[in-house]
Amino acid sequence: MIVAISPKKSTLIVVRHSPYGSSLARASIDAALAHAAFGQPVDLLFMGDGVLQLLPCQDSSAIDARNIGRLLASLPMYDIDSIYIDARAAAHYKLDISQVPLDARPLENAELHQLMAQYDHLMGF
Amino acid sequence: MIYTILVMSSPASGHCSRSAAEFALRVLARGHRIYRVFFLDAGTTNGSVSNVYPQDETDPATAWLNLAEEHAVDLVICITSALRYGMLDDTESRRHERPGATVNRAFTLSGLGQLVDACAMSDRLVTFGG
Repeated sequence: MIVAISPKKSTLIVVRHSPYGSSLARASIDAALAHAAFGQPVDLLFMGDGVLQLLPCQDSSAIDARNIGRLLASLPMYDIDSIYIDARAAAHYKLDISQVPLDARPLENAELHQLMAQYDHLMGF
Repeated sequence: MIYTILVMSSPASGHCSRSAAEFALRVLARGHRIYRVFFLDAGTTNGSVSNVYPQDETDPATAWLNLAEEHAVDLVICITSALRYGMLDDTESRRHERPGATVNRAFTLSGLGQLVDACAMSDRLVTFGG
């Protein structure tokens, strides 16, 4: 169900939590989906430990948790297309950006600052 | 200026939710408006009626109740998170056949759409916890 809310405000959701360490990873994705469902522009930025959510081939069956990688891969279906990664965190965790489950753009520190300045709201998880 | 406050941490752990309530009071004292306070994830437990604190500690719920009762601030708890944390109002407690309501009546259970609406209607979103 799409219910448009006006006025439109752009939001960048900043995700800094690892995928299975707490319920916050799931909460940040739910918040992004809710924005999209109500027709509000929303983008995602994965920073710090949050880049671990983008690890390819996640298998969460042993801990009986929803697969975060698969959930993230479905975001483009909800018109959430602009996904950014903190390039330094990706390098720190040796994350191969070509293998992540989403089309995500790596950004260096200066670019991260520029990105954050473009939005009406930052929602930090 | 119109503010929305997002609270994601429990009053039982750390000072984040206390800071959020204190911030909300200062925002109002400066003549700004609060469109809504939205409680998500562990933040939903701020609405609990069943927390008990030692007599020499301030009950963190007092500040939220003050905001709702004295300043008519809209306190909304994310219903999806709330159910996981056992935060139920009368309706949800009946629906899920649980012994009783655990959420203070000053708080409303509702969907994430209320957070999206609040972002759209506010000049500033300030996040506490997470």
